Amino acid sequence: MSEAQVTLGPVLFNWAPQLWRDFYFRIADEAAVSTVYVGEVICSKRAPLFVPYVEEVVARLIAGGKSVVYSTLAQVTQKIDTRLVDSITGLAGATVEANDACALRTLRGRPHHVGPFINTYNEDTLAFLAGRGARNVCLPPELPIGAIEMMGEAGARLSTSIEVQVFGRQPLALSARCYHARAHGHTKDSCLFVCEQDADGLRLDTLDSVPLLAINGIQTLSYGYLNLAREVPRLRAAGVTRFRLSPHSCDMVEVANVFRALLDETLDPGTAQARLEALGLRAPFANGFFYRRPGHQLIGAEQASA
Amino acid sequence: MEAASKLTRPELVCPAGTPAALRTAVDAGADAVYCGFRDATNARNFPGLNFNLDELADAVTYAHNAGAKVLLAVNTFPPAGQTQLWKHAVDAAARIGIDAVIVADIGVAAYASSRYPQLRLHLSVQAGASSPEAIRLHCEEFGIKRAVLPRILTVAEIAGIHAQIPCEIEVFVFGNIGMMAEGRCALTSYVTGVSTNMDGVCSPPADVHYLEDADGTLRAKLGEFTIDRFSSQEPAGYPTICKGRYVVCGRAAPYHAFEEPVSLNLSALLLDLMRAGVTALKIEGRQRSRAYVRSVVSAFRRAVDDIMAGRDPVLANLIALTEGRRETQGAFRSKTWR
Repeated sequence: MSEAQVTLGPVLFNWAPQLWRDFYFRIADEAAVSTVYVGEVICSKRAPLFVPYVEEVVARLIAGGKSVVYSTLAQVTQKIDTRLVDSITGLAGATVEANDACALRTLRGRPHHVGPFINTYNEDTLAFLAGRGARNVCLPPELPIGAIEMMGEAGARLSTSIEVQVFGRQPLALSARCYHARAHGHTKDSCLFVCEQDADGLRLDTLDSVPLLAINGIQTLSYGYLNLAREVPRLRAAGVTRFRLSPHSCDMVEVANVFRALLDETLDPGTAQARLEALGLRAPFANGFFYRRPGHQLIGAEQASA
Repeated sequence: MEAASKLTRPELVCPAGTPAALRTAVDAGADAVYCGFRDATNARNFPGLNFNLDELADAVTYAHNAGAKVLLAVNTFPPAGQTQLWKHAVDAAARIGIDAVIVADIGVAAYASSRYPQLRLHLSVQAGASSPEAIRLHCEEFGIKRAVLPRILTVAEIAGIHAQIPCEIEVFVFGNIGMMAEGRCALTSYVTGVSTNMDGVCSPPADVHYLEDADGTLRAKLGEFTIDRFSSQEPAGYPTICKGRYVVCGRAAPYHAFEEPVSLNLSALLLDLMRAGVTALKIEGRQRSRAYVRSVVSAFRRAVDDIMAGRDPVLANLIALTEGRRETQGAFRSKTWR
């Protein structure tokens, strides 16, 4: 099994294309990440906006020593979705991460990655996917550490590396309806790309003014930011070898460097936590899923060991 | 009406949350009933519902004597280390003569198809297969004979899928409508720690609380979060996250960010669905009363029989049974729903 890597998941939000390009340029030049996932995962309408920049972004990432993996769409319903998936799976020589069964079907029999939007909950599913060519599987966000440990063992047997998201808003749900469009009184087909207004998603508060969720087009994310910095040693012991950061508008180079240092054991957890708190995120951290608790909760060191 | 001979008689697939509801549905004219074991292996794992092994075996006998089929939902996702419970459910289904097992997890499907090649498998809506390619993958790998489509497709899209897949299509025609792609939603898990995918529960009753404010307003809470608020004049709804009311920056009033609390009713689209190639019509509601099951199943039984006999179906009284007495055709009628 290869040594532990920090990876950068695909940008889930509709950033302005030039900003998207510049974000990746900086990642390529400065961030301590080994693998970068690139591609529109949420909405096939957004994908053409980034096409003019993909080639130079990929070239820069490779020049920066990063491996590039192309991520496919999470929810495939219409022909436009299938076409987008086919355009990715058809890229010559590319490594592709499948995020739905449509991509999985095309990628069968050749080495590929399986993304967090495919339900890989157990060792039997993992064995099946490995048998069809999955070399790396990113687990669904709600899997608790007990199950992650079993998956780590199974992955080692199957020569399939196990990846877990450790930072960023957690993907919770997908729909056919665009909730960004709905919030603005539009429909998906006439959306006017209003999702571009929210770099980290549109905050949804309860009637008691308590922030709960974040909307990103057809996707619903957690309001809290997943932060498994303190859990890194247990994840490593469980056999997890890839630690995924989900991109946000905060300083992702700093986030990458913190997690890289944690993996290198050159940074103590307390300092790591302080540096992540200094990012100035406007939402709290959460880690409940790891402990099989409500995902919005932040379980402290005392509770975790109790 | 077109000649009924051109249409395939659809199977009416009805909910059976309890042995009594199963008998009620069979007596009311169900062609098939679907049910689950009293544990996390099915997606309606609510207190007081479902079957133990003896009850299920008796139910199979009862249904088969009446010429109806029994489908067993084993349609949740076992977390690593706990797959035995799901395998035992599949073993039991094969042993007691279940007509088809409804599966979602790839591991469970792989187990069932390799261990019991003769056992008929249906692909659960929880598998989230919303494209022809996704369905074909499951047909090719696991010999799936029927796919239950997500409630996110238009009739035209269903017809398009029908032309491209080698298996039957089942669609939901009546009952609760979830807004999220089934099998791909961790909202309940995020709020309560109970997982829809792993535990088979959406908005668990144990986490539901109603609090009355001083002015008589009722707050419907799930876990520690308020999902909706009702004045004393309004009927209080159940706090399901995707039907709650929320506030966003830039919108003055709270709104249903995902969907209004409405029920799906496709009774007016039955003929269109049949023309699109749908051969099984599913009624949601394993958590519903026997009286509800009797009314809805009888009404759809008559409607299907009317259509097959070339008569216009009458389905006017169903609205009284829908959630909040409001209904929708959801995604099925037009893309503007999205």
